[in-house]
Amino acid sequence: MRVRLRFGKVGKIRFTSHRDVARMWERAFRRVAIPLAWTQGFSPRPKLSFGLALPTGAESVAEYLDVELAEGAGVDVAALPERLTPALPAGIDALASAVLPDGAASLQHEVTSCEWRVDTAGLDPGRLEAAVTAALAADSLVISRERKGRRADDDVRPGILACSVEGLTLVAELASQPRALRPSELLLAIGGVEEVRVRRTSQWIERDGARWEPIPLPPEATDAPHVVARAS
Amino acid sequence: MTSLWPRIEPILAKVQKPARYIGCEDGAVAPEHAPSKVAWLLVYPDAYEVGLPNQGLQILYEILNERADAVAERSYAPWVDMEGELRRRGLPLFSVDTHRAAADFDLLAFNLSAELVYTNVLNCIDLAGVPVRAERRGPEHPLVAAGGHCAFNPEPLADFVDLFVLGDGEEVVGEVTEVVRSWKAGGRRSREGVLRELASVPGVYVPSMYDVAYDGPWLRSVTPRYPDVPERVEKRTIADLEAWPYPKHQLVPLTEVVHDRLNVEIFRGCTRGCRFCQAGMITRPVRERPARQVRELVTAGLRRTGYDEVSLTSLSSADYSAIEDVVGGIVDDPMCQGTVGVSLPSLRVDAYTVGIAAQIAKVRRTGLTFAPEGGTWRMRQVINKLIREEDLYGAAESAFSQGWQRMKLYFLVGLPTETDEDVLGIAELARRCAAIGRRHTGRVTVSASVGGFVPKPHTPFQWFGQDTVAALRAKVNLLKDAVRRDRGVSLKWHDPRATLAEGLASRGDRRLGAVIEDVWRQGGTFQEWSEHFDLGRWEDAMARHGLSVDWYVHRHRDEHEVLPWDHISAGLHKDFLWQDWQDALAAAVVEDCRWTPCYDCGACTGYGIEHVVASAVPPAGGSQGTGQDLSAGGSVPVALLSGKPA
Repeated sequence: MRVRLRFGKVGKIRFTSHRDVARMWERAFRRVAIPLAWTQGFSPRPKLSFGLALPTGAESVAEYLDVELAEGAGVDVAALPERLTPALPAGIDALASAVLPDGAASLQHEVTSCEWRVDTAGLDPGRLEAAVTAALAADSLVISRERKGRRADDDVRPGILACSVEGLTLVAELASQPRALRPSELLLAIGGVEEVRVRRTSQWIERDGARWEPIPLPPEATDAPHVVARAS
Repeated sequence: MTSLWPRIEPILAKVQKPARYIGCEDGAVAPEHAPSKVAWLLVYPDAYEVGLPNQGLQILYEILNERADAVAERSYAPWVDMEGELRRRGLPLFSVDTHRAAADFDLLAFNLSAELVYTNVLNCIDLAGVPVRAERRGPEHPLVAAGGHCAFNPEPLADFVDLFVLGDGEEVVGEVTEVVRSWKAGGRRSREGVLRELASVPGVYVPSMYDVAYDGPWLRSVTPRYPDVPERVEKRTIADLEAWPYPKHQLVPLTEVVHDRLNVEIFRGCTRGCRFCQAGMITRPVRERPARQVRELVTAGLRRTGYDEVSLTSLSSADYSAIEDVVGGIVDDPMCQGTVGVSLPSLRVDAYTVGIAAQIAKVRRTGLTFAPEGGTWRMRQVINKLIREEDLYGAAESAFSQGWQRMKLYFLVGLPTETDEDVLGIAELARRCAAIGRRHTGRVTVSASVGGFVPKPHTPFQWFGQDTVAALRAKVNLLKDAVRRDRGVSLKWHDPRATLAEGLASRGDRRLGAVIEDVWRQGGTFQEWSEHFDLGRWEDAMARHGLSVDWYVHRHRDEHEVLPWDHISAGLHKDFLWQDWQDALAAAVVEDCRWTPCYDCGACTGYGIEHVVASAVPPAGGSQGTGQDLSAGGSVPVALLSGKPA
């Protein structure tokens, strides 16, 4: 049985890496003694796969992982978040779960865009607003960025699907196909702003004019103040 | 002063591996400080990923936090980028648990597991905002303490450390806490007063309570300045490991570290008598943990941490008298679901050990590592590492026939009496192991790792003059040539320049302090890391202080020379060590005294304790002192000593 889980990463633990988080989940499943299916081959690994990597230092309330449970594991999928959260480090909270239908595509494949809240410094609200308006009005926004060890000049304008300003905070939807645009690259394109705190708030799957989240956040599972307090 | 976190947090986006500085590990605590409690900051003076797994530090962290009158937090040397950011902002060294400034603690306690971290110790003291030299500190400053294996020659750090703690720390940290607590309660008046009181706690060495006299380059004496200060400081030894089942809550790091697995210590001490090995000499006698307790610690630890690998740690884990029981128990435990790997560091070399490894490998097959240390039987007799060629080839045959494809061999060069033939013997052993492997698999690799030998205090080789960089290089080159055309053998070697710097600190006296300070002031931190190591800084500093590298490192000492650590005792009689040194030069060997008569090294008799073993029967198939006829090995005839001559 394949299961998809949605989780958050807030507080001090946001300084751990994507790979670190993968190991935390492996340990959590072993702690609660939920057996996972393993890959075959010379060095078998449990079958866990994560979606788009979250930059180290960014928070999120919209992270996902797909996991294949061992055959006959007999697990109540709806109860997984409350079983797993206590087995995870403070700041990583399992928020929701769902059974994945057979043949479901991978997260990396399915997710088309991500929504971000980016707290900034460097420009006052008025100038930030103006800079964003100018950036959105441009036909192209070429930045020089490093990809796989090589510098390349890329036009990132098509990847900025939406961007609005709330005080010093940007609320942006950035494309993740054909490749993901990062919040830091958005700031580079706007110019003159520094990143203070970044949070991924949603990942979206858009197909045939409709869009939905891999698992919507249940109304009670928010990043309520107590969650943040526990983590920092 | 409370948490510095709000000021540290913004820096973390600018540094590599920011998870080094956040704490939050499973098992970490946020203890409540109070004026009535003694606050310890346990500092590992190297990078977080090296220091976090350190068991000694974790044991003391738990023991201190269980006390009503103490709190303990942890700190690790900030990496160079982080140090730069901290200094630019005027921020101090901080604890990772509650991000409290280091100077707010009563003690900064350093773990010294290697000599090349000494400059990091100075850097951490300085970054804490505390004067680096002990004599400049006042009652307002924390006490600077240090323990760990390198504390057995404390002299190179004597100018910077207020008190050293020798041997097992479990009991003595409590006694130190009590002295510091009453000093605090009395208004922290005289620093000299509290140090003098600490000097009479058994196992505690306070260097400022001793006068050092020289005669030209020669050390004449180290003598106590007061009658209540001991002439000789004895190490502390816990007699019963069962009474100390720590760590109970091993820290589970959130980010990648070395040895990232559950570690359960199965015994302390070693009696094989390898003459180069300081750890084996200074941790005697053997104290095994009962098998039942090992199993409990493994089961509870795996359940709590979620790890899928457990390492049974000790100086020679296959020598644990109940090893088969314990390994079998873990591998067959239904709770482990067949997915828990077991690793045994420091494997003994023989087919029997490979049998244990095969049992383990039902779960996961990693490389096999053995440490013959010397290339010929003669060399191995000199160092008393009694591995016969048959043992090694038997181990290779057993391993490769059971599906292993990689074998790692550890060797030392620069050993006493070593000839080119001994060095080339390393290549020969590796080559023949690879040839055995090729009979079973087409993809065999045997890697030989070669380190330069550094003579260590409290060992029979403490009198030996270390090889020069040029001599070590020549030996490595000899080996490179010898294995050049051998497909199955790969050679790795340790930088001989780092070996030289380690040698300086290993047997240095108090005058080395100025050199360490100089290297640190020139920016020489993280000297264990090849990208930061620079021998030139050490050589320049030696020259500036008028000290001779040759005199400190390459010179043979004689029997009557006063050694800088003669006033520090690991329980070993100096005449035992000297006799063992003479035996080494004659290639005469000693057996494992756990199972044979006593040689009176002093470690048991001096402290009134004995070897504690988990099983009355020696493990089967051992290669040393466990029933095998060693006289069959090699071409040189051997006389096994049944006891030391008087």
